[in-house]
Amino acid sequence: MIAVIDYGMGNLRSVQKALEVVGADAVVTHDPETILKADSIVLPGVGAFKDCMTNLEKLKLVDPIRKFIDSGKPFLGICLGFQVLFDESEEYGPVAGLGILPGKVVKFPEGISETENGPRMKIPHMGWNQIEVKKKDPLFENFDVAPYFYFVHSYYVVPKDQEVVATVTNYGFEFVSGVQHKNIYAFQFHPEKSQTLGLSLLERFSRLN
Amino acid sequence: MLAKRIIPCLDVKDGRVVKGVNFVNLRDAGDPVEVAAAYEKEGADELTFLDITASHEKRDIILDIVARTAEKVFMPLTVGGGVRNLDDIRNLLNAGADKVGINTAAVHNPEFVRNAAEKFGNQCIVVAVDAKRVESTKKPTDYELAWRDKHSDLFLTGNESEPSFEVFTHGGRNPTGIHAVRWAQLMETYGAGEILLTSMDCDGTKSGYDLELNCSISESLSIPLIASGGAGTLDHLFEGIVKGKADAVLAASIFHFKEFTIGETKRYLKSKGIPVRI
Repeated sequence: MIAVIDYGMGNLRSVQKALEVVGADAVVTHDPETILKADSIVLPGVGAFKDCMTNLEKLKLVDPIRKFIDSGKPFLGICLGFQVLFDESEEYGPVAGLGILPGKVVKFPEGISETENGPRMKIPHMGWNQIEVKKKDPLFENFDVAPYFYFVHSYYVVPKDQEVVATVTNYGFEFVSGVQHKNIYAFQFHPEKSQTLGLSLLERFSRLN
Repeated sequence: MLAKRIIPCLDVKDGRVVKGVNFVNLRDAGDPVEVAAAYEKEGADELTFLDITASHEKRDIILDIVARTAEKVFMPLTVGGGVRNLDDIRNLLNAGADKVGINTAAVHNPEFVRNAAEKFGNQCIVVAVDAKRVESTKKPTDYELAWRDKHSDLFLTGNESEPSFEVFTHGGRNPTGIHAVRWAQLMETYGAGEILLTSMDCDGTKSGYDLELNCSISESLSIPLIASGGAGTLDHLFEGIVKGKADAVLAASIFHFKEFTIGETKRYLKSKGIPVRI
């Protein structure tokens, strides 16, 4: 069973539906016991970093998430669920994150262009962009042709430790769009909104163990 | 590289997809869930449902359609039309929408946009702007009289030197006197995550997007702009991106009546050098 953690933010239904479509048994929950008993967990989420941390604390989910990650069972963070793994975010902050991975979350700079004299890049970074896989992993097999995934965010992660970098994406400059460290997988993009490729990523995650 | 998005729009009335010219003479274009699933197969980048059901009492129909679509379709889904309060937004997001479009309610009360963005995040708030070219000087609207102190520079004076555009509400029926470019900028500062801009002059005419309108708004914003209203050929989509500076192009009839598939559209745009996801 995969526990999709419900902390009152984001479109959990779509994460659950996507997992079900690829044959996984997914429950949406904020019950610590269910979370700790799960085979793997997904921490999704859209919105503001601060609200995410506040809600996780209010629902007493911080410890269960840490314990689960320490147990070595597969963990998947999506979007905010990726960002909160790090030490802190500038968004309405600094706001402290879970600090499970060293690094911070910063805002996209205003007014940058992809080419000289090119149009300014819009913020949020919204839409389909390509990922470049930097790390060999069963999750990314056959993802060798710069596949497109759906992004929507205004802040991005700067990990301290480059070894965790799994995928990068270019938006005027190269930023880290995915990390992998031991049993932790986490992505800035939304596999549950990325059609066939996103579903195949979720399917591969659901089969880890 | 970020791809330009191709977004089919489904106007939904009483549970069916419809399409007309300038919001009248509606023709039936199918079942929304089936149409959505077909677009998913074709490789659409996002979908937009615009609920044009007149009665607020029939809200449950669109919620049911959204819920059934979200079970089948794994791409971003925006739902607009009749979004009046925070409960409407919550219900749509819970049903499976990723973003909601706010139009008339934003003009009635701009603070609603701010509250919605704070509550649900900027990324899911799309402010839909229906704009029309200004033809002549006109008398002040009720909004002007009510907001003169708070938003004095938001209104058209009738003496603009450049072509100007006015915001309309209620599906293009009611003039507001509001300067469309300044309105879009205000909505960005209030927390809109993107602007869906429809030219009321071009909508349904298949004569192309209003490039001047789109370009002037896109260049004045930091958030993405979706161009809407007027696409009749693939070249119109190309021009909307290149000359209209749109980050995404939305179209209805050219896709519904199978004039072009999404695949054909993307191959055409790619051949002209536009980054698209194929």
